[in-house]
Amino acid sequence: MSARSISWFRFSSPATFYHLAGKMVPWFSAIAVILIGVGLYMSLFVAPTDYKQGEGYRIIFVHVPAAWMSMFIYVVMALWSGIGLVFNTRLSAMMAQALAPTGAMFTFLALWTGALWGKPMWGTWWVWDARLTSELILLFLYIGFIALQGAIDDNRRADRAGAILALVGVVNVPIIYYSVTWWNTLHQGASVSISKGSSMGEVMLITMLIMTFGFWAYAIAVSLSRVRSIILERDRETTWVSELPEMQVQ
Amino acid sequence: MAMFDAFRAIVLRDLVLAMRRKTDVFSTLFFFVIVVSLFPLGIGPEMNTLRLIAPGVVWVAALLASMLALERLFATDHEDGTLEQMILAPQPLFVLVLGKVAAHWLATGLPLVAMAPLLGLQYDLSVPALEILLYSLLLGTPALSLIGAIGAALTIGLRGGGVLISLLVLPLCIPILIFGAGAVEANVSGLGEQGHLFMLAALLVLALLLAPLATAAALRVSAE
Amino acid sequence: MLDVVELECVRGDRRLFTGLSFTLQLGELLHLHGHNGSGKTTLMRTICGLIRPSGGEVLWNGESCRKLGEEFTAELTYIGHRNGIKEDLNGIENLRLHCRLAGAPITREHAWEVLERVGLRGHEDLPARVLSQGQKRRVTLARLLLSEAPLWILDEPFTALDMAAVEFLQSIIAQHVERGGMVILTTHQQVSLTRGQVRQLRLGWKADGNV
Repeated sequence: MSARSISWFRFSSPATFYHLAGKMVPWFSAIAVILIGVGLYMSLFVAPTDYKQGEGYRIIFVHVPAAWMSMFIYVVMALWSGIGLVFNTRLSAMMAQALAPTGAMFTFLALWTGALWGKPMWGTWWVWDARLTSELILLFLYIGFIALQGAIDDNRRADRAGAILALVGVVNVPIIYYSVTWWNTLHQGASVSISKGSSMGEVMLITMLIMTFGFWAYAIAVSLSRVRSIILERDRETTWVSELPEMQVQ
Repeated sequence: MAMFDAFRAIVLRDLVLAMRRKTDVFSTLFFFVIVVSLFPLGIGPEMNTLRLIAPGVVWVAALLASMLALERLFATDHEDGTLEQMILAPQPLFVLVLGKVAAHWLATGLPLVAMAPLLGLQYDLSVPALEILLYSLLLGTPALSLIGAIGAALTIGLRGGGVLISLLVLPLCIPILIFGAGAVEANVSGLGEQGHLFMLAALLVLALLLAPLATAAALRVSAE
Repeated sequence: MLDVVELECVRGDRRLFTGLSFTLQLGELLHLHGHNGSGKTTLMRTICGLIRPSGGEVLWNGESCRKLGEEFTAELTYIGHRNGIKEDLNGIENLRLHCRLAGAPITREHAWEVLERVGLRGHEDLPARVLSQGQKRRVTLARLLLSEAPLWILDEPFTALDMAAVEFLQSIIAQHVERGGMVILTTHQQVSLTRGQVRQLRLGWKADGNV
């Protein structure tokens, strides 16, 4: 009896989650739009001009939250992967898969804004700074995860192989960060420590937090709607999908 | 001691197989030699520059060469069915994985380590620096094989497996590259290489503990 | 005793079987039937533990095979589609290596003797790559002569074998069942396995999962 209820749970949970996610997406999208809107307004108009770095420094209000999110999402992805491996739940693997592109996007955003910021500050687009380099390697890790899942046709294998890779990656991330820092201090390259340049004012901190929460809501909204697509794609043969109202209109 | 016996059996088997198919061993080694020899042609024969980049060049070449050899690590076992027999053997899979990685390193990693000082001479490295290069590769290449095995296990039977392995594994190998090449550089610049070598040893121990488990899990997933 | 409980397997998008349950006692042979793609191989690999089922479980003497791990695989000899022999090694080396991995090493003379019994006299020390399909299969099947495991899972063991070898293999299987062993096998050939308890399981579109 218990075995029966577990398998029932397993197969219906994407179905129930599909509807739950459908209700959550608009809310998180709205929160994301409001918070990012407020955050951008504050970072462009409210936050004071930095006396050392001028107006160009304002890009950190995008750069720093994006960098935070890129690392945070990788950890969350690994967490879902671990849950999926241990409990053999389909949904958690789908969550990990849905998070990866968003994480890669934030990593790319962090790199890009870092380069944009570096050009006026140091006169080069790229500095082999410990943080930027780690961020670059993180992007490689995301790309590896996405490429591996894309190369495997069988969903179950893709889920579990991706999960193992994400877990191996998350063990490696601190080691990579540490070794890159070591490497950087040894070579005494230029340091692009963005938040160190000037002491952070209260307004700046609040703005950054607002932006972070906005990005957070965005990540949730986007990955939830991506999970919905993944669920539909994988369960397209099942009756509950064919009975969905959105599947009737064609 | 059945576990140790199985480990030895796998090591011996793979070494015998490598000896009967020498091309794999030699192509890895010559790839390494060629890549290292290409750099002076691309950069110019200025000895001061070459001395400066030697540790990095040798290490990056070693990294790429070990990627090259990884593709066949589990692929043949998968094709002929010996992989399923290994999974179903009454020994823990990670022990057999360790055996396979050990044999793989002995067949492809060790020749590369032995060749490296010769190549270092092309770059006019001093004798102490060559010694450190040897030590750093001796500590680092087994870790590369261990980490690489995870990628090899994950990509068994996939289209474009070789490129995919590199994509997955190279980022994970960056710390080893940093400390490996760093040890030689530190020696050349007179900073002392000990810290780097200790870090390499620590990474090797960590890889020894964790990588076979991850590889075994990956093999089970891929063999389904 | 092998218990298969409410087993469900999904390959790709297709559910091969669901709610499959049966019990296999000592001294019983289970003959799996079903058309191509009905899931015979998947079922066998799932029982071995090579495939993780999407539902249900396999029990060995009442304990989950997944939890038993190596304790279960020690009780099992599996022969699949692929021979599991190395092309660059000869018959003797292949057989001895397999036995060492199985935890029961044999001497060179013993391996020689066994290969002779499966009809490879004069081919023992040739690398497997020069042997014919049937001869390779014989090297693989020589394991059964040495197997102490109570449970044999044989996926199409008769393919590529000639009449004499088929008969020989049948006698080995029959002996194993008589001694109280268990066998699960698939074959498309008409095989007369008279002795012992032979049971049939048919997998197919309308598989209700009952033996």
